[in-house]
Amino acid sequence: MTDSSKLLYRTVLPAGAHWSLRLRRGTALRLTDIRGGANVGMLFYNPENLLERYNAPDTMKCQHTFRLTTGHCLYSDMGRIFCGIEQDSFGWHDTVCGTMNAQLTEQRFGASDYQQARNDRHQNGYDSFLVELTKYGLGKRDLAACLNVFSRVSADEQGNLRLESPALPGASVTLRFAMDTLVVLHTCPHPLSQAGAYPRSPVEIALPADLAPLPEACLTREENRRGQANNALYYLGTIAPAGTIAPAGTMLGDSHAAPAQECHHD
Amino acid sequence: MIKTSPRRTQDTLYRRQINAGDYWLYRLEAGQTLRITDSEGNQAVDTLFFNADDTAERYSMTDTVRGQNNLFLTTGSVLRSSEDRPMLKIVADTCGRHDTVGGACATESNTVRYSLEKRHMHACRDSWMLALAEHPEFGLTKRDLGHNINFFMNVPVTAEGGLTFADGISAPGKYVELEAAMNVLVLISNCPQLNNPCNGYNPTPIEVAVWS
Repeated sequence: MTDSSKLLYRTVLPAGAHWSLRLRRGTALRLTDIRGGANVGMLFYNPENLLERYNAPDTMKCQHTFRLTTGHCLYSDMGRIFCGIEQDSFGWHDTVCGTMNAQLTEQRFGASDYQQARNDRHQNGYDSFLVELTKYGLGKRDLAACLNVFSRVSADEQGNLRLESPALPGASVTLRFAMDTLVVLHTCPHPLSQAGAYPRSPVEIALPADLAPLPEACLTREENRRGQANNALYYLGTIAPAGTIAPAGTMLGDSHAAPAQECHHD
Repeated sequence: MIKTSPRRTQDTLYRRQINAGDYWLYRLEAGQTLRITDSEGNQAVDTLFFNADDTAERYSMTDTVRGQNNLFLTTGSVLRSSEDRPMLKIVADTCGRHDTVGGACATESNTVRYSLEKRHMHACRDSWMLALAEHPEFGLTKRDLGHNINFFMNVPVTAEGGLTFADGISAPGKYVELEAAMNVLVLISNCPQLNNPCNGYNPTPIEVAVWS
């Protein structure tokens, strides 16, 4: 669990819950699987243009990766970086299995009605996403493949999928935001969960107090340096958190930065 | 799984060549069969499907791979919708493997993948965008551009969780056939990608054919 003296905010979500918040660029979001075995389904949108959203295929292919961990960025469909994975004690998060709907949840974990189960009802990820999305004028058409934090899904040579062992108690992931981002998440079970009963793993959500640009670990890939250049163009002329936008000279000429982008290309 | 089709080209209801870089938007009725042929080999056919009677329901990569517990598409694969319902089934396939996790090329993602200067180059999502703009009668917008199938593409995953783009499994004349389980709109971008080996840097025509 996180040292609360260095936090702007902390809350604990029980399993089967949903949450959303507009995260400002430079801030971080830390998720902790308190007891182990949690899953956090996440989607990201640009609050200034809700048509720009998390794109799992671009995220995977831009970084030639199927697993997501420290050093990987989560991309929008517009070639920009919502956030980078700054810290990850778990090591492998899924982004191809999506989320379970009500029917699948009932098939897997049995029926549960609200009158009897109250807040222990078997809430599903699909409805959870819809509830949060509707608050922002979004709906079914805006759903996309989500990130499933704390769920390691491997594929063999034939493409068969397997959900590996669940996270240990205390596993944590920190996302550092490089754009203002609408974060929508739920703590419902992963669709490949083999748990006998509906998993009851609470997740801590913490907003650390420090502000920082994109994690250094993400900028070892030239693709992510180009993604960062796309972000810099998006925020051109605005006041940014320190270090979020490289000064023009370093962005254009520094060996650690992306190549020059001429104005007439846009 | 390789399976050839008993259908004869002289019995088609509809046949058309789609040139590289073009889109194709077509309403397929439930029970009809669509064949997509890789005319010259190693072309990527970036395809979206929508429920023609309610386009808020569309092809879902996540429901499809979760439903079959496998990443690759071939004979027997059921293409599932965002409502987790069967939309189409692959009933014949002479290629053997098709990708659904690689997504479609976009001008924006090309800047990240290749170079910031490649932004002006034509990309699949441009073709889809043009299709939506030219066919407002379907009520589709950018919101509806979800995750697609790349027919004839091979995108294996390594044991370490890497994603690789391999080529060489398709060849001239290989085809895939899909039987519609509901009325579906088919939106194809015949990939114009000039930057990676998915089509040997040489975009080529495909052919579509429909049987009743």
